[in-house]
Amino acid sequence: MRLTPALQRTVDDFQSMEEGDRLQLLLEFADELPDLPQRYADHPDLLERVAECQSPVFLLVEVDDHVHVHASAPAEAPTTRGFASILAQGLEGATVGEALAVPTDMPRLLGLDRVVSPLRLRGMAGMLGRIQRQVRERLDQH
Amino acid sequence: MTESEPRFAEYAAPERLVSTDWVAAHLDDPDVVIVESDEDVLLYEVGHIPGAVKVDWHTELNDPVQRDYVSPAAFAELLGRKGIGRDTTVVFYGDKANWWATYALWVFALYGHDRTRIMDGGRDAWIAEGRELTREPARRPAVEVPVVERDDRTLRAFRDDVLAHLGRPLVDVRSPEEYAGLRTTAPAYPEEGALRAGHIPTAASVPWGRAVHEDGTFRSRAELEAIYLDGAGLRGADDVIAYCRIGERSSHTWFVLTYLLGIPGVRNYDGSWTEWGSLVGVPIAVGAEPGTVPGQTGPAR
Repeated sequence: MRLTPALQRTVDDFQSMEEGDRLQLLLEFADELPDLPQRYADHPDLLERVAECQSPVFLLVEVDDHVHVHASAPAEAPTTRGFASILAQGLEGATVGEALAVPTDMPRLLGLDRVVSPLRLRGMAGMLGRIQRQVRERLDQH
Repeated sequence: MTESEPRFAEYAAPERLVSTDWVAAHLDDPDVVIVESDEDVLLYEVGHIPGAVKVDWHTELNDPVQRDYVSPAAFAELLGRKGIGRDTTVVFYGDKANWWATYALWVFALYGHDRTRIMDGGRDAWIAEGRELTREPARRPAVEVPVVERDDRTLRAFRDDVLAHLGRPLVDVRSPEEYAGLRTTAPAYPEEGALRAGHIPTAASVPWGRAVHEDGTFRSRAELEAIYLDGAGLRGADDVIAYCRIGERSSHTWFVLTYLLGIPGVRNYDGSWTEWGSLVGVPIAVGAEPGTVPGQTGPAR
């Protein structure tokens, strides 16, 4: 079990900060979550709802030679957007092996337990679990 | 501050509500602090009313270890750090039709902090009206706040209080699906924390959101009376317990019953379904009907 290089950099960035500043970094990630590519924005039915999150967040994973994660979450749910953005950026371009090797408790490594709360972090673990399941499903389809 | 706005005059305690206009006119009032309380811990950072401070229910009002609210000393420290004096008027607003704002107001009330108001319509109303938001965190000077003991008897109910209360008015403010026992969490929310589904026997089902319009503002007094006094049978009640899953949605109903309808003796059972639905040996009813108190025949009351 290991992080992708990009996720490791994100974890290091969070861990190097004071707790209060970690929320600001999460906000930056929330701001950075890209809009869905038009081909998916027009077909929301193709995306999977993450039931573990309190806010409506939808995911879709593409696998060619590499993994690409697309996600959408409303502006009123910045925490969820931030988590989705961390995962999408951290898994972008990873190999299938790298994506599946990310430990399921990865969200806890961000040091957000006290500033976000363990309950809210559960949603992020749910997102990661669904991304990894979609990766496996795409493999089966190949 | 005892003034109230004409549009709220029909409610039992009109001074408990303020409009977005009122807030906009009091942004620089040193005796008023605006507090944002949201479900999403980052929403304040995305943009808030200029000068508003943030109070997060999860990380600041709940004790991090024990399932309870923070200690009186920790609450005083929190308020001091936020610049909220004992005599400061606190106006709460937040997302989801003030769901979390009313929860924060209820917790403040446990510590005797009574100069509290809700901005009608909440965060969505402010934004819908195109009013200013800022990402600049408010910096209020810290103040000295005395440590005040928490009163857990007047506004708060524990599980034993609810058991002893069975047969008197109970309001279940969760969704119809949770009430009937089809699920233990709100629709579209994660399943968490209760081993049995259903409701406390005899509780009336009034989902909390019925108290507000689509835009998050409170319904008129006549509409609220039809819902709660007629529909839920609370006319003449003076001893009501409301509950939901962890006490947040029922804080909203507690606010409505207490301040908008003027029902005395309303308590919030914050243990709510996450406690009751896991307790050994307590009665539970399933289905759409309120059910009966065990040992009694026929409907309660």
